[in-house]
Amino acid sequence: MLVKIKVNGKLIQDDVQPQTLLLDWLRDHGCYSVKRGCDTANCGLCTVWKDGTPILSCSTLAVRCDGHEITTLEGLQKEAGEFGMFMAKQGAEQCGFCSPGFIMNVLAMEKELVNPSDDEIRAYLAGNLCRCSGYMSQMRAIKAYLSRGENHE
Amino acid sequence: MNSVGKGVIKKDAMALVTGQPVYCDDLAPKDCLIVKLLRSPHAYAKIRSIDTSIAKRIPGIEAVYTYEDVPTSRFTLAGQSYPEPSPYDRRILENVVRYVGDEVAIVAGANEDCVDRALKAIKVDYEVLEPLLDFEKSIDNAIVVHEEDDYKCLCEIGNDVKRNIVSSGESVVGDVDAVLNDCEVVLERDYHTKANAQAMMETMRSYCYIDTYGRLNCVSSTQIPFHVRRILSNALEIPKSKINVIKPRIGGGFGAKQTACCEIFTAFVTWKLKKPSKIVYTREETFAASNSRHEMKMHVRIGAKKDGTIEAIDLYTLSNQGAYGEHGPTTIGLAGHKSLPLYNHVKASRFTYDVVYTNTMRAGAYRGYGATQGQFAVESIINELADELNMDPCEIRFKNMTRENEVLSQYYNEELNACALDRCLEKAMEMIDYKNKPLRRDMGDFVRGLGVSLSMQGSGISGLDVGSVEIKLQDDGFYTLSIGATDMGTGCDTILAQMVAECMDCDVDQVVTSSLDTDHAPYDTGSYASSTTYVTGMAVVKACEKLRNSILEAAAGFFNVDKEDIEFDGKKIYTLDHTHEMSLADFADTCFNGGIAKALIASDSHMSPTSPPPFMVGIAEVDVDKLTGEIKVHDYVSVVDCGTVINPNLARVQAEGGIVQGIGMALSEDITYSNEGKMRNRNFLQYKLPTRVDVPSVRVEFESSYEDNGPFGAKSIGEVVINTPTSAIASAIKHATGVQVRTLPITAEKVLLGKEDE
Repeated sequence: MLVKIKVNGKLIQDDVQPQTLLLDWLRDHGCYSVKRGCDTANCGLCTVWKDGTPILSCSTLAVRCDGHEITTLEGLQKEAGEFGMFMAKQGAEQCGFCSPGFIMNVLAMEKELVNPSDDEIRAYLAGNLCRCSGYMSQMRAIKAYLSRGENHE
Repeated sequence: MNSVGKGVIKKDAMALVTGQPVYCDDLAPKDCLIVKLLRSPHAYAKIRSIDTSIAKRIPGIEAVYTYEDVPTSRFTLAGQSYPEPSPYDRRILENVVRYVGDEVAIVAGANEDCVDRALKAIKVDYEVLEPLLDFEKSIDNAIVVHEEDDYKCLCEIGNDVKRNIVSSGESVVGDVDAVLNDCEVVLERDYHTKANAQAMMETMRSYCYIDTYGRLNCVSSTQIPFHVRRILSNALEIPKSKINVIKPRIGGGFGAKQTACCEIFTAFVTWKLKKPSKIVYTREETFAASNSRHEMKMHVRIGAKKDGTIEAIDLYTLSNQGAYGEHGPTTIGLAGHKSLPLYNHVKASRFTYDVVYTNTMRAGAYRGYGATQGQFAVESIINELADELNMDPCEIRFKNMTRENEVLSQYYNEELNACALDRCLEKAMEMIDYKNKPLRRDMGDFVRGLGVSLSMQGSGISGLDVGSVEIKLQDDGFYTLSIGATDMGTGCDTILAQMVAECMDCDVDQVVTSSLDTDHAPYDTGSYASSTTYVTGMAVVKACEKLRNSILEAAAGFFNVDKEDIEFDGKKIYTLDHTHEMSLADFADTCFNGGIAKALIASDSHMSPTSPPPFMVGIAEVDVDKLTGEIKVHDYVSVVDCGTVINPNLARVQAEGGIVQGIGMALSEDITYSNEGKMRNRNFLQYKLPTRVDVPSVRVEFESSYEDNGPFGAKSIGEVVINTPTSAIASAIKHATGVQVRTLPITAEKVLLGKEDE
């Protein structure tokens, strides 16, 4: 099936099998930041944006994105680097395998929630599993990042 | 110190947070053959015949291999120094399958679709056997898991395979029975820990290709590249010189990747077909067909005076090895040798054990490696003893805990150079305001309890495991540090560079760490047993000393003065009388041209005669809902003595991550089997990792001791951090509800019914 999908600002036309998952299709098109951590839509590693909203690319057929715009971390290098530095200062990235999906969701949260409480942050990101960090350092990084303007850093 | 003790950012951090393609599957060639495995649906069966003819005819299929096509040598997949303590009890494929998920056939094809179709087209005629699933019934069972004639043990491990015993033994100090007979109080309890999954986010995977010289190159997400080289050599029956193992970034390991689960399959395909191939395990395969923590049942007797003086501990541990023996004889040792030494003043102690085969998935290495299980039992019975004596759980520990400079009778008689366990406990009590809180508080709808636990681990495997490094001075005056240790996300590339920077008086940015492959990296046993900082770190210190010496010697020759008259401050090299001076950059350039014309390279290795224990204290504050039994960890404080902290940020994250894994083990993570021997918990829906909603507050502090045998006084931290939550949380729940749960995980049902183990 012929589809037109805009990936990180670039229009891609492709002949896609109906069963192809967006996750696999994105990796086939060079978006290696998109990772698979489970087969059951639990881990959040494959999070990308569809028209600016975070979705699980493991649970989305590529054909369903025909005519839509997909953003992966490859398309958000500046933002990833900026938030990522807050992660790095905590050592919160650890093995880094869950970082891209997690950062996609943090950047979406930043757009969506105004002055979120700790509980709201946890709830928004509950679907992003991390086995290395125990989450505390990620929370420290998020809070420092969200308040980065306040201290004139 | 300028670099050691600083929260330096991980060298790979920016690549990881911007999603660069640095992991195994990102790097595999696009035209790789896809390899998948047909797995046994039966827990125990013999294969009468396999018909692969239809599968082989499916377009795109390159090969289908069965037990008839593979070499017949037996080997172990355990990543351990040779000779491995784990028995040689498996082949690549065999005509016997010993658990649900055991490999039956290897399929390689052009794409996922054809390989999936081929897997379905293979017809296997099984002679289904009755499986042995209950590990308490394993010894002397009529069902024998390994009946093969060529089963082999390289080490004395107390093996008796005909009785299903992988390993057995005992370690006795004093006359336990006699001392227990004379004790004023004796408790006897049974504890049970489950086969937790390591659940690193990147599943098992590897790819292989043949290089210009016809050699097999295996790129693997592994903690043990050098051991993988030996395992592939054993399995494929080819010399090690034909194999190079390459480690890219690893998406977590926690011990799971100390067993070479998937490499033999791609290696065999590529070696046969001379084409690149890759395998990526699904999450389900990683749960149900790789390895897990050893499930253990522990019977403990403890004797004490009424004043709380502990006089004897007797621990028997039965460990479920599953179908293959990886890490069985070694994990079990830690169950006793890293729990009993916490209470070194006892008059007598005994540790006896059996590790047994069953027809379940094999166990392997998981952070804590047996110590986690043993400490759940020992720390739990200490807590129960305190409750029995109406004594505060911290007080009983102050009274009995091991202190600095003692000789640890149940820890190979090692002398304890560095131990801040007492200070850790004091600080943890302060952090949680222990003295102003009762052990049980009624909060209205819920009750809140406090629970305490101590922990220890080791630092590397003494007298056996080796870390080696090579440091080169490069032009411009930067250094390259080659290591064989494998950074699995914990940051050893950075931590070891910090040590180089400290030794050579330079910035960490001036040190480039490379951990290439088994051809180029100096030998290192790998990243396991909490060894990298302590063992490989000492190799760094030693190699730096040599390099510094070489720099002085080369400069002395160049300046034509005595070596003793030269000083090197990291930036410049000069004579003490200041007649000669040269920047390091100019000096290094001179080494690269006719001036000195000498490559300055130093390498060294380290093997530690001792394995100094890091220590830790955890205190849990846990809420239990009166109506539903729902359990929430309200607060968890911990204090770690890992010796000198090399990188406080990374050490803190190690501790926080380990504690949360421990909380998962305590409250939600469980592996169970159906009556037919099929693992039930094979995805994240059924195997529940803690999410960030489940763990609101984990707090970590450090209380350092100084270990003379470690680099800059450091010990280890990687594993000790997982051990405290199980027993601390169990005790907090006991204090809150009166119910002591002795089988993990502690669920609302077990607490509410209150009948569990009572």
